[in-house]
Amino acid sequence: MSKRSAIYGVMAEFDHAEQLVEATRRTREAGYSRIDAFTPFPIHGLPEALGFRRTRLPLIVLVGGILGGLTGYLLQYYSAAVAYPVNVGGRPLNSWPSFIPVTFEMTVLIAAISAVLGMLALNGLPQPYHPVFNVPRFALASRDRFFLLVEARDPHYDHDSTWKFLESLGAREVFDVEH
Amino acid sequence: MNHMDTSLGNRLDQIRRYALYAGAAGLIVWLLASAILGMRVALGAYLIGFLYVLGLSLGALAILMLQHLTGGAWGRMIRRVLEASSRVLPLVTLLALPVLLGMRALYIWTQADVVAGDEVLASKGWYLNVPGFVVRTVVYFAVWLALVFLLNRWAREQERTPYSQQSNWLRSLSGPGLVLYGLTMTFAAFDWAMSLEPHWFSTIYGVLFLIGQANNAFAFAVGVTLLLAWWRGVSETLSRDTLADLGNLMLAFIMLWAYIAFSQFLIIWSGNLPEEIPWYLARLRGGWGVLALLLVIFHFAVPFALLLQAEVKRNPRTLAGLAALVLIVRAVDLVWTVAPSFSTHGHHDGIWVALLAPVAIAGLGGLWLWQFVQQLRSRSLLPYPEETAHSLDASAEVA
Repeated sequence: MSKRSAIYGVMAEFDHAEQLVEATRRTREAGYSRIDAFTPFPIHGLPEALGFRRTRLPLIVLVGGILGGLTGYLLQYYSAAVAYPVNVGGRPLNSWPSFIPVTFEMTVLIAAISAVLGMLALNGLPQPYHPVFNVPRFALASRDRFFLLVEARDPHYDHDSTWKFLESLGAREVFDVEH
Repeated sequence: MNHMDTSLGNRLDQIRRYALYAGAAGLIVWLLASAILGMRVALGAYLIGFLYVLGLSLGALAILMLQHLTGGAWGRMIRRVLEASSRVLPLVTLLALPVLLGMRALYIWTQADVVAGDEVLASKGWYLNVPGFVVRTVVYFAVWLALVFLLNRWAREQERTPYSQQSNWLRSLSGPGLVLYGLTMTFAAFDWAMSLEPHWFSTIYGVLFLIGQANNAFAFAVGVTLLLAWWRGVSETLSRDTLADLGNLMLAFIMLWAYIAFSQFLIIWSGNLPEEIPWYLARLRGGWGVLALLLVIFHFAVPFALLLQAEVKRNPRTLAGLAALVLIVRAVDLVWTVAPSFSTHGHHDGIWVALLAPVAIAGLGGLWLWQFVQQLRSRSLLPYPEETAHSLDASAEVA
């Protein structure tokens, strides 16, 4: 393994949010795709600069909700009309109006569970270890500094030229992020 | 002020004129039809039209008070429209007169001989009687007119001096005001619509009217706001986040309506009692059943499925389209709720009431719209003159 594989990526520190957004935009324009930004608070325009795409989470929740609703209905249908048919006041065995509340609740329940689990599956949390924390100054990302990371996995990544590129964007300092 | 405002003013004047024409035409056709169809059918259709325009004003009043309590950027965008809607209430008060004058043709509990031979109606006589009906109607309108008057007066004073005492007054009045509105409209719905079939009862009936009114008035306010933004060429001042808020609130009202409507149905269907179930039996058979199905599809399923999607909510065109849909299905809902009552007790007028109802809604709606545009033009379109659309957008960004 070469020396470079020991490095997770290169990280630049910025003083101001506007610098970070601008640097992020130019990094993307330079062709980098495996990049990430870290800020103490949400910054307007940063997700767009990073090229955030819409996730598949809404679809997962929708499918979860539909499956939950179907499960809820079939559960009642099976128990009331197939497994244990009882004549209640002459109503049909498949009394759909009285099945709606449970169907609705099951829709909400499974959709909510799908949302939580789907979110965790898509964003990879919980993640007890991440290399960015090996940079001592990274702690400032939760206080008053703004960081931009280019991962070594990026096809455009070349340690020295990426380093210089980040410096040229007006970074206060550039760090190696070790594994 | 500038060219854009003049052309907007011309457009509004045009709408005001056309609304008045539509209102006059609708009322003339309604009068001609009543000569053929009779007093009872005519008043039945009129009642539906009256309840429709009443809901536009009262629903606006309710959302206005809700907005004073909760705040938020969405409320500021539609507030002037809601206030203008609420200020049409004096006209609606006049429109209630035919219902009062024609109550003997509308409500069978006003006929002493019928009540005398009917144990149930006789036992309800302490509430369902002519003087009580009249006094309650006066009280309802007194409460509503007082709320409309105070909320609009303080809002106008607040406009001159923002962050003044009036903001507190508006908030302090809105809490009790919402309670008063809930109580008065519940009983008003009992009096004006539920007592058409005086043997039948449902305690949740009034809540269905509350939600229906709020849903309709909100959709109207959203539609007007989007239309104004489009005409002024400033649609970008409505931030996509604010649009999403408005869409989410529409979704909430749609879901609440479906929830309440289904609750009433489920309870009565499960009970299956002879004094309750006929109301639904009449409304789920034949042509009324088709209307019921249309309500399930277009008052719930379609807007629900569309409003779940973020892109639909953030697009002014689709949101305006959904607002228009709500305005239509609210009319269908009222027809489905009220008209079949005229096919009970040996009468078969329900179908004619339902067919004449669109004419009455067009007539009364036209008059209402005419007055609404008048009121809308009398004040600025956004609260707080110094808080321009730009700062509204900025506040949405921070949030």
